[in-house]
Amino acid sequence: MQTDPAKDVEGRSGASPGVPADAPSTAEHLEVVPRRSAWRFLPPLIVILIALQILESIVFNPRFEWALVGSYLFSPVILSGLAMTLGLTVLCMVTGVVLGVVLAVMLRSNLWIVSGFAKIYIWFFRGTPILVQLIFWYNLAALFPDLSVGIPFGPRFFGIDTNVLVTPFVAAFLGLSLNEGAYMAEIVRAGISSVDSGQEEAARSIGMTHLRAMLRIVLPQAMPFIIPPTGNETIGMLKMTSLVSVIALSDLLYSAQAIYSRNFQVIPLLLVCCCWYLFMTSVLTVIQGRIERHYSRGRHGGGPVGGGH
Amino acid sequence: MSVHMVEARGVEKRIRQLDILKGIDFHVDRGEVVSLIGPSGSGKSTFLRCINHLTKISAGYLAVDGEAVGYRREGNKLYELSDAEIAINRASIGMVFQRFNLFGHMTALQNIIEGPVQVKREPAAQARERARQLLDRVGLAEKEGAYPSELSGGQQQRVAIARALAMQPKLMLFDEPTSALDPELVGEVLDVMKGLAADGMTMIVVTHEMGFAREICDRVAFMDDGRMVEVGPPAEVFGNPQSERARAFFARIL
Repeated sequence: MQTDPAKDVEGRSGASPGVPADAPSTAEHLEVVPRRSAWRFLPPLIVILIALQILESIVFNPRFEWALVGSYLFSPVILSGLAMTLGLTVLCMVTGVVLGVVLAVMLRSNLWIVSGFAKIYIWFFRGTPILVQLIFWYNLAALFPDLSVGIPFGPRFFGIDTNVLVTPFVAAFLGLSLNEGAYMAEIVRAGISSVDSGQEEAARSIGMTHLRAMLRIVLPQAMPFIIPPTGNETIGMLKMTSLVSVIALSDLLYSAQAIYSRNFQVIPLLLVCCCWYLFMTSVLTVIQGRIERHYSRGRHGGGPVGGGH
Repeated sequence: MSVHMVEARGVEKRIRQLDILKGIDFHVDRGEVVSLIGPSGSGKSTFLRCINHLTKISAGYLAVDGEAVGYRREGNKLYELSDAEIAINRASIGMVFQRFNLFGHMTALQNIIEGPVQVKREPAAQARERARQLLDRVGLAEKEGAYPSELSGGQQQRVAIARALAMQPKLMLFDEPTSALDPELVGEVLDVMKGLAADGMTMIVVTHEMGFAREICDRVAFMDDGRMVEVGPPAEVFGNPQSERARAFFARIL
């Protein structure tokens, strides 16, 4: 019953341009002339000049040794460093996301000791520099020569020499993923709290437990808020892995450093690193853009349910 | 059976220093349709939420179908139930919310089968079959693939009613089901509720729709300031209110 009058109105207004008597005949012949400033060529000119200057000083500067850069770009040492960087990024991000979800759920716990633990965790790992944390993990043996499992202040069941367990790789993995967990917790928490609390109430009213409501109803709707910043975190993590070179883990940067400490070609090898980092972040940026478009297009959840409010 | 569907004795709710419910004595019989009316802040919605334990009571005794809500009675002691046990009890109490609260990432049909499949572990095909019948019953047979954001408020609320009915509840709670609706959409939701009442469903409805309360309900309970001030058949409560507060309230809204 509502659509009929609406169509009527549209029909009438749609017909009016067709009526020649109503339209002023001269209107069709008027041309719009945009204002053109005499200075409009200046900004592009400046940009082009600057670009040429950069091109000359970088690309045609012999001291950049582009030929050397090219020869090292695919050298086995660099490629194995690249594999380490990529592997570490993936491993630490996956662990960080899992930790983040766990911590975010803990933050919402009614038990103050559980939410308090999560708060202190986040406070500590966000409040100290990641570089310091990495060095700390690397030197864990100085604090705890033996690691053992047992009851606090009670008997120990088994132990292991810390230096055997905490290799540079384990130190890097622990440092980066524990740190990432703290940041991901904040992202997941923000995503969860952007889902209307009525969603969980409705889930519980049909007999779901707290956990099932979280997994089936709340988290899926928090995803559009969680995934884009997680993409940012992944790109950040990729670059952050270069910090592990200080604890002698042979990632991309450390591999380059290993080469230039022998042949002193510092700049070309750093350029090799830059090329690879830029390539990988570019690929990740494209993927992130795809994912974001996917979520903004097919987004059924997210905002408060109940259009018309 | 003489067991009431809902029985409340001295139910109190305190949030920090604030007394929301100040001792509610009330019962609802099987098949009865009761509406809770009263000014906002009188505790109507809080009392309704206590009935399926979305809100915990601070004192008193509240039972649904003879079983204490959220507790297990053994002798003179009430043992608090676990999250899972409370969830099982809630599954047999349907609830319809003011803001619909349909699951935004699911279609109308998925919303309806979510409870039967995930909670009751019904086979999906059987749940879908019944969900389609329910959608037909609320007049939305052709909307099974629509997401909540593609439905009007009235349509969303009717899907929400179907979602609650899919759990085959013995009791339905309505928390201001038409308050968030545009005026021209109120009727379609009330019609579905009238149909439910005619089928013998036990219903407790918090509402500002005095016409619905008067026409459909067996009894009306007027609440004010955390107390149930007047309870009785609509003709009595509306026609001859005993308390000054009820008279003042009706004078303002009727």
